[in-house]
Amino acid sequence: MQVFVEAIITAFALLFEGSRELWNVIVVTFRVAILSTIAGFVLGVPMGFVMGASRFRGRRLLIALTNTGMAVPPVVIGLVVMMTLSRRGPLGFLGLLYSVDAMAIAQTLISSPIIAGLTAAAVASVPYKLRLQARSLGASKTEEALLSIKEARLGVLAAVATGFGAVVRGVGAVMMVGGNIEGQTRVLTTAIVQESRRGDFGLALALGIILMLITFTMNGFLTWYQHSNERFERG
Amino acid sequence: MGETTAITNDKGLALRAEGICKQYGKRVVVDVDHVEIAAGETLALLGPSGAGKTTLLAILGLLEKPDAGQVYLDGKPVSVRDRVARRQMAAAFQSPYLFKGTISDNVAYGLKLRKVPVGRRREAVSEALERVDLEGWESRSALTLSGGEAQRVALARALVLKPRVLFLDEPLSSLDPLIKGRLTQDFARIIREESMTTVYVTHDQNEAMAVGDTMIILRDGRAVAQGHVDDVMGVPPNEWTAYFLGSEPPLEGTVVMSKEGLVGVDVGGLVVHAVGESETGARVRIGVRPEDVVLFEGDAAIPRSTARNHYSGSVVSVERWGVMYHVVLDIGGVRLASHVSLASVREMGLETGSEVQVVFKASAVRMRQTGLA
Repeated sequence: MQVFVEAIITAFALLFEGSRELWNVIVVTFRVAILSTIAGFVLGVPMGFVMGASRFRGRRLLIALTNTGMAVPPVVIGLVVMMTLSRRGPLGFLGLLYSVDAMAIAQTLISSPIIAGLTAAAVASVPYKLRLQARSLGASKTEEALLSIKEARLGVLAAVATGFGAVVRGVGAVMMVGGNIEGQTRVLTTAIVQESRRGDFGLALALGIILMLITFTMNGFLTWYQHSNERFERG
Repeated sequence: MGETTAITNDKGLALRAEGICKQYGKRVVVDVDHVEIAAGETLALLGPSGAGKTTLLAILGLLEKPDAGQVYLDGKPVSVRDRVARRQMAAAFQSPYLFKGTISDNVAYGLKLRKVPVGRRREAVSEALERVDLEGWESRSALTLSGGEAQRVALARALVLKPRVLFLDEPLSSLDPLIKGRLTQDFARIIREESMTTVYVTHDQNEAMAVGDTMIILRDGRAVAQGHVDDVMGVPPNEWTAYFLGSEPPLEGTVVMSKEGLVGVDVGGLVVHAVGESETGARVRIGVRPEDVVLFEGDAAIPRSTARNHYSGSVVSVERWGVMYHVVLDIGGVRLASHVSLASVREMGLETGSEVQVVFKASAVRMRQTGLA
């Protein structure tokens, strides 16, 4: 038990001190997470809408592929991105490997199928007749889509939050394509791996607590939003 | 194909469609030759569930593309892509499908899409809410309303657009009978007062009668009857339609007498009197609504009345239909139906085989000529 007590004491000391290195790790973590969540949102929501709301050939295949995408191990995505960005890879000339951009690309590949898949499910639950109703009041295709997404907004929000969560908590892909370079591509998860390997449990635990706080805040916000919506619906 | 009576109105046709066909996979959902709605009139689309009513409405309302056929708005061919035409139409559906937000958000939705300025939007919304008896409800949440209230909001949301053609898809069928009865009257009045061209889908013939000027009865995607409501209801053009409308099939006969606006029609040996003009020898089809047929006990002394048709017959069957009993009668081989209250059925002890006297007025008999003298 001694090991936990010591670690917790060190962790809180470090948190209150707030070293530069610690802040740097947090900033990089957020940068990667926010970039890849926004990219995942931009790619995933329209794709999710199309899959959830329209009927076309190959729709089922696309949904199956998306669902597979949601479950692909991050290390595999890391591997593919790493190979693509490596000097001999097709996009090697960009020189992106071991950068924040490379991590954001890998994390986008993780977040967008999650956001697309969950958005599709949320939008599919909006009744077809509601869209027909919007159309009958003069809505264009785009306006109809916007209304469906607005109707399914809790589901879409949950999709985005899940995408964000997957990105923040991921370690495999960022480790591979970011390289865990101190002060540049080190994020909370890779730092935890690093510090615990070195036996610095106090620092590792402090980072873990921060990670949990981020997740808790996210979910807290989501729950609050959901609740305020339900209250509104009940009047 | 059912029979057609010409639809004429001096204001001309607002909406017309020719050769409409729609398939889902191999199943033909709609196959209707022509639809016409005169400006300011209401067309009731009546039929059992799955008959293709909603699909036909969606096609006429430019919400779905037909596989074949053409829709005309005020004589001009229009399609789903035609945004200007689409914006002259508005619909309300069976479930009100209100959007999340306030009542005002909902009613203003179509106006917002049409980029109507905020001030005028607010004015139009409160006016529309007044039309449906919900004045001052603007800021309430749309998701807390009762079924009847929600349906009124859905109607206001369509009315506010002042559409050239209004589409109502079973707007009342999810409501309880009390509210439904009231809203049927309200909707009929509002549609009449706005003199809006309307397509009204329903599976309820009473609703169709209350709101419709003309009607199309659909069965498996095909129009089995089409024409003025009174004509179709009075003399259903075929057996299926008659049963669907709750009467016995129309009777075929020959005019044997015609004098001073009264005709006698020989129906298999039975002479039925009807109000109307026709030449002797003409082939006609007649129908009598069950509501107009009155029964008396076989040996009862019948009070003197103006009813010209008076026969003896026997009861073939007695079925309970909601609050009324549907009694099928045999009068010398001719079949008629009568609607009788529970009290009368008890009092007369009606059952299969009972002998009764059957009375109905000549003015209750609807007649349509099917062949020349």
